[in-house]
Amino acid sequence: MRSMVEEARRSMTAIEAPSDILETPAPTMRRRASRRLASYLQAAPLALILGAFLLLPIAAIVIVSFWDYDSVQIYPDFVTLNYAETLGSWVTWRTFFNTVKFVVLVWAISLFVGFWVAYFLAFHVRTVKMQTALFLLCTIPFLTSNIIRMISWVPFLGRNGLLNSALVDLGIVPAPLEFLLFSEFAVVLAMVHLYALFMVTPIFNTLVRIDRSLVEAARDAGASATQILTNIIIPLAKPGIAIGSIFVVTLVMGDFITVRFMSGGQSASVGLMIANQISLLQYPAAAANAVVLLAVVLMMVAAILRIVDIRKEL
Amino acid sequence: MSGEKRPFSFYVLAAFFGLFVLFLYGPMSTILILAFQGPNGGLTFPMNGVSLRWFQNLFEQQAVGDFGGAFTRSLILGLMVMVTTVLVSLLAGLAFRRRFLGSTVLFYLTISSLVVPSILVSLGIGLAFQIVGWQPAWWSSGFGAHLTWTLPFGVLIMFAVFNRFSPAYEEAARDLGASDWQTFAHVVLPMILPSLVGVGLFGFTLSYDEFARTLMTSGSFNTLPLEIYGMTTNVTTPVLYALGAVTTLVSAAAILAALAAITLIGKQRKKLGPS
Repeated sequence: MRSMVEEARRSMTAIEAPSDILETPAPTMRRRASRRLASYLQAAPLALILGAFLLLPIAAIVIVSFWDYDSVQIYPDFVTLNYAETLGSWVTWRTFFNTVKFVVLVWAISLFVGFWVAYFLAFHVRTVKMQTALFLLCTIPFLTSNIIRMISWVPFLGRNGLLNSALVDLGIVPAPLEFLLFSEFAVVLAMVHLYALFMVTPIFNTLVRIDRSLVEAARDAGASATQILTNIIIPLAKPGIAIGSIFVVTLVMGDFITVRFMSGGQSASVGLMIANQISLLQYPAAAANAVVLLAVVLMMVAAILRIVDIRKEL
Repeated sequence: MSGEKRPFSFYVLAAFFGLFVLFLYGPMSTILILAFQGPNGGLTFPMNGVSLRWFQNLFEQQAVGDFGGAFTRSLILGLMVMVTTVLVSLLAGLAFRRRFLGSTVLFYLTISSLVVPSILVSLGIGLAFQIVGWQPAWWSSGFGAHLTWTLPFGVLIMFAVFNRFSPAYEEAARDLGASDWQTFAHVVLPMILPSLVGVGLFGFTLSYDEFARTLMTSGSFNTLPLEIYGMTTNVTTPVLYALGAVTTLVSAAAILAALAAITLIGKQRKKLGPS
């Protein structure tokens, strides 16, 4: 699309060219220069905000990760102790492992759920109006508070919650199940609940853009439904799957609130470890962990981008 | 096409979709019901009578901390973030229509704002303010922290909008003698207005509900999500659900207002349009 715009612009300048013979080229040049200036002015607010509230803060984290601290305050210094402490501790490694476990589980479940929901919307819902309506229905919960959405599992999963009462009343289990709430099961469930939409949206976007005649052609050539799915639809949906995966992986990697609330303090994640260090005012230690976390997240994103080229999607 | 018989897979997937919607809305609806729990009722079913007691409780200062103040702060912050997100995303969207020096870098910076974990943004801004010696506050550091989350969404939406926007309309306007500003105000802006409403909705709701990025950046006064989180550790009555119901109502109102605005714009356009 961008290249089309480019081309249109180029052809426009080609049309303008002859008029240059009649009048001086100065006005068009000045106009072009002012356009370029306009681009910079238009991009400046975004660049300034992200520079001030994203780049500088990350720089601050990197700097402070080399500082020293005691129980009262932090001191400017250059020590690698914070990294040595965190990387030398098996608690850190176990926490990272646990976080990656959540990532894999939530990613796999969200991908399965997200793909089929998107597939249904894109291929089985016939009118655009209905598609939009059903898609909105999925989007609305995403625009409400994450914390409230977590709390809302309590009356359902709790010891005396709906699910347990139903299971006991039906005689399926003799006593209420304890693992439903405040457990790793609850963490994964809540994360899928919170983040599945991040998978649905990009996959849906790629699926609706698939040319239906490709599917028709494959069917005419005798392909089975499974063959159409694995040879046409899934390969064409890859960019959407990649974008959704980046969202889910980075959200789960950095999550601490869901882990803290839904596990009832019985499980750990890297984000939670950082949040705990922050509350103990151990900023340099938190900063060192944050740098390690950022490096891991960026490597994961790079790995996804290596497998699937999403640039043509944007 | 529409008369065609539905294949079996349609019914399976339709059932799956139905379950997904139930999964999304089911838990939410239980707390909306339990918010009306009777005065002696607990956090779970059964309902012990029906009352508005927990909603009243919400507005008694001592019962749940500073609910009113937190609510007002979140509302103001949400509106600040909304306006800024719409303006900055629109400008950036316009800028990205042309290639300029640094456009790729800025684009990747925007994407990385989505990828960097929220707690890092929170910690980083908190530390940066501490190093400089400024006091963090919800309207300064908190405001900036929220923008790092809402702007990428806004910019990506504008990106998608302008990628599908034909320059022919602007060329036509210019051929008819419109100035750059007239072309923008009378041709481009009305066409992208529904998308801008969408960006505004994202800006408001994402800020209004943001927790992780506010954690270290809100200063001495809590925003509503922080207040709610504090309550989950020490409040064991359905007042928590009443609060959940009220904040969800605000989000729902924002969504409805945005949808109404988009519909209205569409109707207006149909009325003005040639056919």
